[in-house]
Amino acid sequence: MEMKEIIRGNMATALAAKMARVDVVPAFPITPSTLFPEKISEYIANGELDAEMILVESEHSAISAAIGASAAGARVATATASQGLALMHEVLFIASAMRLPIVMAIGNRALSGPINIWADHSDTMAERDTGWMQFYAENNQEAFDLMLMAFRIAEDRRVLLPAMVGLDAFTLTHTMEPVDYPSQEEVDDFLPPYQPPYTLDVNRPMTFGSFATPESYMEFKWSHTRALEESPPVIDEIFEEYKKRFGREYKRVTGYMTEDADVIIVAMGSVSGTLREAVRQMRKDGIRVGAVKITTFRPFPFKEIVELCGGAKIVAIAERAISPGFAGPLFGEIAGAFINQPSRPLISDFIIGLGGRDVTLKDFREIASTALKEAEEGRVEPLVKWININPEEAPPGGE
Amino acid sequence: MRAGKFYNVSSYGAAVGAGESEQEVMTVYEVRFHGRGGQGAVTAANILAVAAFKEGKEVQAFPMFGVERRGAPVMAFTRIDDKPIDLKTLIYSPDFVVVLDPTLMDVIDVTEGLKEGGPVLINTTKSPEEFDLGSCKVYTVDATKIAVENGLGTPTNPIVNTAIIGSFAKVSGIVNLDSVLAAVRELSPVKKEENVKAAEEAYKAVKGM
Repeated sequence: MEMKEIIRGNMATALAAKMARVDVVPAFPITPSTLFPEKISEYIANGELDAEMILVESEHSAISAAIGASAAGARVATATASQGLALMHEVLFIASAMRLPIVMAIGNRALSGPINIWADHSDTMAERDTGWMQFYAENNQEAFDLMLMAFRIAEDRRVLLPAMVGLDAFTLTHTMEPVDYPSQEEVDDFLPPYQPPYTLDVNRPMTFGSFATPESYMEFKWSHTRALEESPPVIDEIFEEYKKRFGREYKRVTGYMTEDADVIIVAMGSVSGTLREAVRQMRKDGIRVGAVKITTFRPFPFKEIVELCGGAKIVAIAERAISPGFAGPLFGEIAGAFINQPSRPLISDFIIGLGGRDVTLKDFREIASTALKEAEEGRVEPLVKWININPEEAPPGGE
Repeated sequence: MRAGKFYNVSSYGAAVGAGESEQEVMTVYEVRFHGRGGQGAVTAANILAVAAFKEGKEVQAFPMFGVERRGAPVMAFTRIDDKPIDLKTLIYSPDFVVVLDPTLMDVIDVTEGLKEGGPVLINTTKSPEEFDLGSCKVYTVDATKIAVENGLGTPTNPIVNTAIIGSFAKVSGIVNLDSVLAAVRELSPVKKEENVKAAEEAYKAVKGM
């Protein structure tokens, strides 16, 4: 039986964690994710959730406590954002290397400085290489569904890796939208209790997170890397099962009107809906444009990106992060996906919506027309274009 | 324009909104609420969303992100549509504007971006004729008096959101009163019946119809 409620994105991820019957939630509050621990503590106080909430003194401790709890066999969830995620950085590698299926909701927010609390993907992009899976929600329904599925995927014996579920600051974390959710019985059926292959147990002593010398370190890394590389079929299988059970379809990457498109705009997160609306409007004007939404950024969907975008004249990447001195991080991934293809579209990079600047229909029109002009000229120069920026407010370097 | 400073990042978007209205193809109905932090503008937007949702509509409600401070001018928004709402942008050209605090009329241009001839509902003791908002259609209601009489908030800091949503139902016709009352009952943390009564009274008391 499906129920529907109007809730904020943070409430959707907290609800998913509750319905997943998490055992332990170590948390340190940070804007825009604070409502997650608030809701969890409310569930515990109301007797709706039988879990241990550990209030820690920093995010570094939150993820450390999550590691301990997960290694002891608990199902663990937490939430953070921006500086909080950055403070976790060194510990994130340990969680994934220990193959602990911790699930963490991220209210995707800009990193300081200047200090800013709004939507931006720089925080999770900076954790790209930590060996965690990364999922990005387009709306609150996806935030709920991906959070719930993340437990199943993370805990699958063929995967056993932690997962981040990104939801854009405020645009999702604080926005009220209708969210469908299944009954507790249905969730229990989809997500049985976590059965860890190994746990910390005083009766059966075991070492977790041991020292690895040059004789074994690379094998650990290779094994971990292969787990991520081999996870796509498991993710697809669980997405498919979710669709059968609950009727909502998920793909690691989703195309929209891509078949005959000259230009395909690739995006992640909450701008994906606005992008689809922009595509519909541009199609009415005869512009052959399509959209691609990346839901699973790690493992990266190389093959699917090539299949969806290979026929276009140009791929325009619209990304909410920048790697200064390079381009946006997604540019590198998508260029990499095409590098060994016999033929490939031009690939053009656009920086949008940093620090919560609104991403509008007009922005996507500008991206499409710029990219189409580049396709006509047969060259992408400059490679990286900043959209909706006021040059008068941005003096040249050194000033 | 003084209003600009309250729009922060959207000062770019304000110009964008003007261009977009020409290629408007959506059935979406957009409402902007102006209030001061603490008056319940965000909850007003949520109540409207829940009320419309009860009538089978797709909805979205959000605050002007991150600027809520007690007493400071704040905005909140509701989108209502017959089909799923893909748009995640801020609202630049609302169909309807609700003003929860009369003192805002001297501080900001509440009609900014409002669709030509669009309605503005103001919580004030004044009558609609006392406002000159160009082609905009003005409606007024003394929501403060209704809130105070029903013991909502304090006389110096009345919570007027539930009352003014009653008036909104009457003026807009977008949601019916019963759905609004059900939503008010659902979203009021305390004094549920007082809030419902305020919404009912304000439904009847609105001027300019």
